[in-house]
Amino acid sequence: MFSLVNHAYFNRTIKTAPLAVFRVLFGVMMLLSLIRFWANGWISKLYLEPEFHFSYYGFEWVKPLGNWTYLIFLICGLSALAVALGYKYRLAIVLFFLSFTYIELMDKTTYLNHYYFVSVLSFLMIFLPANRWFSLDALQPGFALREVPRWTVDSIKLMLGIVYFYAGLAKLNSDWLIEAMPLKIWLPSKYDLPLLGDLMQQEWVHYAFSYGGALYDLFIPFLLLFARTRWFAFGLVVIFHVLTRVLFPIGMFPYIMIVSSLIFFSPEFHESILLRLRRGLIKLNLYRAVVSASEWSWKPKTFVVPILAVFFAIQLLFPWRYVLYPGELFWTEEGYRFSWRVMLMEKAGYAQFKVVDGVSKKSFLIDNSDFLTPLQEKQMSFQPDFIVEYAHYLADHYEQQGYEQVEVYVESYVALNGRLSQAYIDPKINLVTQNDSFKHKTWILPFNDTIDGL
Amino acid sequence: MLKKIFFILFTGLLLACSSDDPAPDPDNGNGGNGNNGGEGTTGFDRAALLANWADNIIVPAYQDFYPTTEALEVSVTAFRENPTAVNLEQVRTDWLNAYRAFQWVSMFETGPAEDLRFRARLNTYPADTATIDEFIATGTYDLELPSTIDAQGFPALDYLLFGIADTEEEIIDFYENDPTAVNTLVYMQALAVNIKTLTSLVRDLWQSSFAASFKANTDASATGSIDKLTNDFIFYYEKALRAGKIGIPAGVFSTDPLPQNVEAFYNQEVSKELALEALLAVQNFFNGTGANGGNGRGFKSYLDFLNTIKNGEDLSTLINEQFDLARLAINDLDDNFATQVQTDNIAMLEAYDELQRNVILIKVDMLQALSIDVDFVDTDGD
Repeated sequence: MFSLVNHAYFNRTIKTAPLAVFRVLFGVMMLLSLIRFWANGWISKLYLEPEFHFSYYGFEWVKPLGNWTYLIFLICGLSALAVALGYKYRLAIVLFFLSFTYIELMDKTTYLNHYYFVSVLSFLMIFLPANRWFSLDALQPGFALREVPRWTVDSIKLMLGIVYFYAGLAKLNSDWLIEAMPLKIWLPSKYDLPLLGDLMQQEWVHYAFSYGGALYDLFIPFLLLFARTRWFAFGLVVIFHVLTRVLFPIGMFPYIMIVSSLIFFSPEFHESILLRLRRGLIKLNLYRAVVSASEWSWKPKTFVVPILAVFFAIQLLFPWRYVLYPGELFWTEEGYRFSWRVMLMEKAGYAQFKVVDGVSKKSFLIDNSDFLTPLQEKQMSFQPDFIVEYAHYLADHYEQQGYEQVEVYVESYVALNGRLSQAYIDPKINLVTQNDSFKHKTWILPFNDTIDGL
Repeated sequence: MLKKIFFILFTGLLLACSSDDPAPDPDNGNGGNGNNGGEGTTGFDRAALLANWADNIIVPAYQDFYPTTEALEVSVTAFRENPTAVNLEQVRTDWLNAYRAFQWVSMFETGPAEDLRFRARLNTYPADTATIDEFIATGTYDLELPSTIDAQGFPALDYLLFGIADTEEEIIDFYENDPTAVNTLVYMQALAVNIKTLTSLVRDLWQSSFAASFKANTDASATGSIDKLTNDFIFYYEKALRAGKIGIPAGVFSTDPLPQNVEAFYNQEVSKELALEALLAVQNFFNGTGANGGNGRGFKSYLDFLNTIKNGEDLSTLINEQFDLARLAINDLDDNFATQVQTDNIAMLEAYDELQRNVILIKVDMLQALSIDVDFVDTDGD
């Protein structure tokens, strides 16, 4: 694989402008996202108010830090700003990646593919010379570069392409294509949209959106790649993401994706963007010309290309890990996250926990709202790794209260994509004896149906 | 097909620009005209659903309830002026009538009722008898305070009417002869007035303004009337009916049964009657009818409409069958749940299980079908 490194492709160069534009837009979008997150009061609501947080396997040590959590968000926001400005870029993007990822690891209740996308992208950007043009760093004499290796720009395209294409592959299943689920559930509930409200009640619209969505995800990377279809593709990108923004509570993500897809455009396009930005800055008297742009071509440190090769290998392989597990992926969710399975299923559950004192054998049921926020309870009720983690928390809680050899059982029901709810976790299993791991969870009851496809 | 797709995608883009700020929609009140998926086209008429809920079920339920609170206040006043066994009997009859009628409004804890904490102030049990005794002795209390919710409403009256002394003779003797009876009657009257006043407030607000805004709010969002009342309905069924009336006394949520936690504990005869009344009110509301009418637009017809789209399980029938099973199980119980819990708690737990099955069908399956979030949290989705 590493012999590829010497391939002629790696000697090709491209103008630095696309990377610079991407860096500026990415930094600005991240800064706006964080400000919005803070302003909505979500830091307190999601990370400070809950008394218990659901951890990712292996990252139990990542927890909110009380009021210091605000400091993490502040660091994250400032580093996003520094990325946009290209000020001490390498440090800034490393800090951004670490702080943003820390935030996401604090509680898996808030897991979103979008957030994972940001973490992954910012990791990639650590290794790219995105500050060599149109940045404060580039004001140092000789630091600016007119051209960079072409693969640096292409790596971002590849990452975006993986996200879209894998999201499209995930839609190739019988629920999505044959039943038009879950859109058949979601769209009719949008009856109050102007003009579209009535259309959303029609079955053919549900199918049109299902097939349209799958085709869009599968083909958009390729349509963006070729100059002849690029503007058409960009139009689709805008329409698609704006539509998802109208239909679903999806936050900043549509805008981030629209902005990111600009990376596919030609260097000239990006230079014209920079030209306009430059004019604006000159008017504001904020622009200082680069002293000297070096023609010396940038070479990454020797470890960079191998790291990125491994990184992309993981990106390509990790979403397929679900095939190693028995059972239906949508049901067990073993290998569901971190795989670009976006808006793919409507799943809801109900989990009634029973705590048993192992000595007196007396038992009682738990009111989940005593321990969890509504969002946590909702996410917990249909995800086995949440259920077992919560069961351990309950056991610890009641043992501290003086109950002995506490056993925890759950009676739970889950409804998936409009099917009637069915029992989810084996109610006879004492969950305290089980632990979360990457192994198959044998105490998930089998799914009474089949979903064909990838 | 492709043309259609592009047509929709294109209109979507045009609309997106204006969708951040939901435009006021003057037509939304009159069924079928607004963007509520009106029946004139192809959808389910959500405005007509809200109109049925407000005009044919909720407002009439308050209108039925209010006179019973009035009658209660009248008979309490008569009893206070003239504490005889006959007048006590009249108060008890009126108390039960009002308590029964209350079961038909208790689930509508939205808008004015929510603002006034109506359910908590009328029906928090078990009553805190020590606090009640103290309030009677000192004569100083503020029924507005959240800390006094278990010293007022129907449960507090239950205590004063049936539990102030051990036997029937002693209760009559207490009100006829005891020196503290005067203060007790003053407090009893304050409670009756309080119930009547709160009820008239809620009823009047529904009639004067809230019904109109409730019906107009056909939004599909979490702040829309359908979302909110659906969540209130489920909360009531799960916490007040299933847990409050059956589960908690049966000891489901504690290590041991709690017979003293049944509704109308001191009366000792009507906890089953009240539970059945509440169950009927809930089932009727599910089917889009009230105590005296309603045109059937409700969760059932909404689910049936959505089922024509997705050809899923006949959920509304399953839910109705489960309500019927729960009713059968409750019918088998003793009139006094406290007795039931102490003699044969297994039957009480079976009734709980039947009620619980519908929590799953309603909270998981129905909400999924309606695409409504439980206690919606304002965060981003995928």
